[in-house]
Amino acid sequence: MNNKNNLKGWLYLLPAMVFVGVFMVYPLLDVLVYSFEESYNFASQTYNGIGLYNYSYVLHDPYFLQAIKNTFILVIITVPLSTGFALLISLALNSLTKLKDLFQTVFFLPYVTNTLAVGLVFMILFKKTAYSEGLINLLLNSFGLSSVDFIEGPYWAKMFVLCFYTIWVVLPFKILILTSALASVNKDYYNVARIDGTSKLRIFTKITLPMISPSLFYLIITGFIGAFKAYSDVVALFGTDLNAAGMNTIVGYVYDMLYGNSGGYPSFASAAALILFAIVLTITVINLLVSKENVHYQ
Amino acid sequence: MDEIRKLERKSRIRNTLWKTVIFALLIAWAIIVLFPFYWMLLTSVKSYSSYNAEYIPKFFTLSPTIANYIQAFTAVPLAKYFANTLIFTLITTGLMLIIIVLSAFAFSRLEFKGKNLVFTLFLSLMMIPNELVIITNFVTITNAGLRNSFLGLILPSITSIFYIYLLKENFEQIPDELYKAAKVDGTSDFKYLWKVMIPICKPTIITVVILKVIECWNSYVWPRLITDDENYFLVSNGIQTIRESGFGRENIPAMMAAVVVISVPLILLFLFFHKKIMEGVSRGGTKG
Repeated sequence: MNNKNNLKGWLYLLPAMVFVGVFMVYPLLDVLVYSFEESYNFASQTYNGIGLYNYSYVLHDPYFLQAIKNTFILVIITVPLSTGFALLISLALNSLTKLKDLFQTVFFLPYVTNTLAVGLVFMILFKKTAYSEGLINLLLNSFGLSSVDFIEGPYWAKMFVLCFYTIWVVLPFKILILTSALASVNKDYYNVARIDGTSKLRIFTKITLPMISPSLFYLIITGFIGAFKAYSDVVALFGTDLNAAGMNTIVGYVYDMLYGNSGGYPSFASAAALILFAIVLTITVINLLVSKENVHYQ
Repeated sequence: MDEIRKLERKSRIRNTLWKTVIFALLIAWAIIVLFPFYWMLLTSVKSYSSYNAEYIPKFFTLSPTIANYIQAFTAVPLAKYFANTLIFTLITTGLMLIIIVLSAFAFSRLEFKGKNLVFTLFLSLMMIPNELVIITNFVTITNAGLRNSFLGLILPSITSIFYIYLLKENFEQIPDELYKAAKVDGTSDFKYLWKVMIPICKPTIITVVILKVIECWNSYVWPRLITDDENYFLVSNGIQTIRESGFGRENIPAMMAAVVVISVPLILLFLFFHKKIMEGVSRGGTKG
């Protein structure tokens, strides 16, 4: 009876085990192996030796350094801005009685749209071509500013569009999480504070912020992880040849090494992916340590 | 008396002012969210010549045309991309559903040796980013000769540990008494799963399905790595091709028509199921 039960349990698990084994566990070990195999040849599947050459190659590759720089700038700008802005919008939403659902639904729309498709619209809005300035540039002109090519122009103009689009894409998730956190704060706290004549600012810092701090930190942690893995939205704005555009990200570098015009180097790709993983892991651990001291769990 | 009335009026004015600021903020963001959608729709119904003639683009058009849509379907194989994505989404979601229901059932209801160990292993795998495993998967699928095939597209996408976890939690909420009663009646485990557990957990299953459909419809990275034959392109790859070589780089109205066609299914899904989608996402969905 017992053996029969064991067998049955494993039988139900079998399909999941097979797929997880082949497409998650094995690749995880394999990526480590790849990253240490020197001059791996994809066609003949041979390599010359074991060592750290792949890591050293990647870390000295100017394209990788550019990708690191771009990714860090993107993270440092978008994570605090999107979280802060999401908090602002959620607070505004939470103070509404009418129209709250309508606004909430509208704000969530970008979450379900295809990043590449809408990115194309953003590109057209920001792009400056020979025959048209682009809508955003016309807007700038009307304020007396001169036009900039946001898509193929100066670095910071491109970075601005990328940050703007990234925030546009990630905000729905953050607003959703924060509005549900705000809505679940017990109203009694506010009523007591109001009777005591506490100021709005004090209510916010002493009641609201501590009560929603778990959600806020959850968003900061996932926000960092997500921003470090930026790729599709960058492709949507600047095309697939990101190295030429000078806008590549770490994940973009990994995929370029794997496939495409400069592809065919799974060893370099693996080394870069593991470097990314190390960065993300470090940042997440730091975040968790900081949150331990500041987050208020009920 | 007068003092109080004055104070009241002052606070009422301050309240209205505060409300106005809040509404202004919300409306401004709503415009930023909606404008790209309006712009793609508007541009897609402008004729090629009138679009290019407008140095300062007009915010409306009096002579909408469907010519761009016709071109979107004839000049590039948009219908093919569309059908591919539909096949990919349906098969992936269907297979995933079978796998996660079976394993969530095993984890939540069956007792067997090693169950907890496997579950812990599964949970720890949830933290592994896709970028790490995609390299080997690319090599595996390439070596298996499955590039440019639906099998190659689908196989690595059909397990989701997170959804197994979500469903297991839900299955565990079903009271034990029900299971025991079914056992006494001589119901088999599989029949119990099919006739009792799945119907009870239908809301969660629907949420999982919708989230997976959205994920499949928007997937870009894996399809891009594994297909270079247009016959197997999904909509995201199709959009990228259209952008880079499609109608000639200049034909923006036709491009926008293609973008509208690709966006409509998800927007419809959202309009019908927005409550379910938002509820599901706030229960733990993330966007990487």
